[in-house]
Amino acid sequence: MRKFILSLSCIFCLSIFAIAQHDGHDHSHDGHNHNHDTHDHQGHAHDQETHTGHSHEGHDHSSHNHAGHDGHGDHGGCGHHEKHEFNPGEAAFHHISDQNIYSIGPFSFPLPCMLYVPEKGWEIFSSGKFHADAHGNGEYAYNQFILCEGSVRRVQDASFPSGHVELGHHKVYPKKLKEAKGKDKEYAFVCYNGKEWKADSKSTADGGMFGGGITSFYDFSITKNVLTMIIVFFFLAWLFTRIAKSYKERRGKAPSGLTNFIEPIFIFIQDEVAKPFLGHKWQKYLPFLMSIFFFILGLNLFGQVPFFGGSNVTGNLSFTAVIAIIAFFVTTFSGNKHYWEHTLWMPGVPALLKILVITPVEIMGMFIKPLTLMLRLFANITAGHMVIAIFVGLIFVFGQSGANPGAAYGTAVGSTILTMFMMAIELLVAFIQAFVFTILTASYIGAAVEEAHH
Amino acid sequence: MTGNIAAIGAALAVIGAGIGIGNIGAKAMEAIARQPEAVGDIRSNMILMAALIEGAALIAIILAFFG
Repeated sequence: MRKFILSLSCIFCLSIFAIAQHDGHDHSHDGHNHNHDTHDHQGHAHDQETHTGHSHEGHDHSSHNHAGHDGHGDHGGCGHHEKHEFNPGEAAFHHISDQNIYSIGPFSFPLPCMLYVPEKGWEIFSSGKFHADAHGNGEYAYNQFILCEGSVRRVQDASFPSGHVELGHHKVYPKKLKEAKGKDKEYAFVCYNGKEWKADSKSTADGGMFGGGITSFYDFSITKNVLTMIIVFFFLAWLFTRIAKSYKERRGKAPSGLTNFIEPIFIFIQDEVAKPFLGHKWQKYLPFLMSIFFFILGLNLFGQVPFFGGSNVTGNLSFTAVIAIIAFFVTTFSGNKHYWEHTLWMPGVPALLKILVITPVEIMGMFIKPLTLMLRLFANITAGHMVIAIFVGLIFVFGQSGANPGAAYGTAVGSTILTMFMMAIELLVAFIQAFVFTILTASYIGAAVEEAHH
Repeated sequence: MTGNIAAIGAALAVIGAGIGIGNIGAKAMEAIARQPEAVGDIRSNMILMAALIEGAALIAIILAFFG
């Protein structure tokens, strides 16, 4: 097991070096995927025009293979805007966000895009049509869709050509615009025919609740995270059918192999989580708790496998929101009379106090519980991934994006050690967070099904 | 030197949670030393309590990020 963890950490370090190599010079973006806005800011776009000139001076490209890079003169007023200073936070956000391409090591594989535009209907095609470069920026546009940092965006302007259009190298890029509130928000821009077009924000499921904004298209694509969930689902299905079969075949004998590995975990959740919290009803909720635990654990561990997609499913607010909502519904619908009485009309308390304090607080508590479940898992996993990405980003901070190779090599040694240390902690966190989510869900359900005892 | 004042809020939340979780850990260690046979119960309750404190801190951090 220790060898396995060690080799895992080593491969992971190598992979982030490989990925980070590509990113050494491209950090004019902010991968903060909840900060987009759909309002039309064409006016602002023109204010920024002066900053978009190509500025490669004093920038070291020696570590990158740019043999195929076309001349800089043909941008005609717009083009790839580069910022010299490296921002590790932005780079980390970019690496943990969801994408429409799946990358295994240095290779990226296309995924199916399923996009719905209300006025045009469904668009189903492969993201290979975008011919994404190493940064996940598409070199082609397809039916007004472009690929910016691995995620599909749409150019809403009807004058943008439809069909398969070649854009060229470095023609899709993110750029920050000043917002009215004084905050910088980031939009994807595409340069075509010497003109700069602003693309819509990413499509989000929350309807813009977290600032994502409602865009002109809906993204139902099989993204990197969705594919990871499908893989983990089939893996768990295979694993547990196999284990169930082995129990039948080896009746009366000691468990062996995989069963030996899973059984202690299963028994631990059953005896430490389900039985103490759920009382005599534990068998009814055991399958639900086990599904939650093993699915979160599987995704947590899969998210740590280096090279293989680098998916961050449990560190995605949408995913944690869905399981928290499921936990909320299970808790609410299994609530008995006793639970509702204590929530809505606490016995033994003066009526005025009930109306003014107890009932509002209890009702708020009903919603805060799943909210904290959602945020806890999301923040823990995201924080772990970000710390690792920022440790690697230190190499580029001290190496000044390739201008100071000596410092970069020196920092790389320290970063590798710190990254391996963080990977070890993250393996622990993967188990603890899956356990905490399950134990808290069990305690909420336990409180809802508890019988009156006074 | 530019920055966001929300970072101070996030830092304060982390300090509070750190003190809280530290207290839980210290008391759990004392309890285990006093009654080593109850280590299983103490450990799972310790993690549960730490998770509850962490939840409050995380809400503050998230609000600091998005606010």
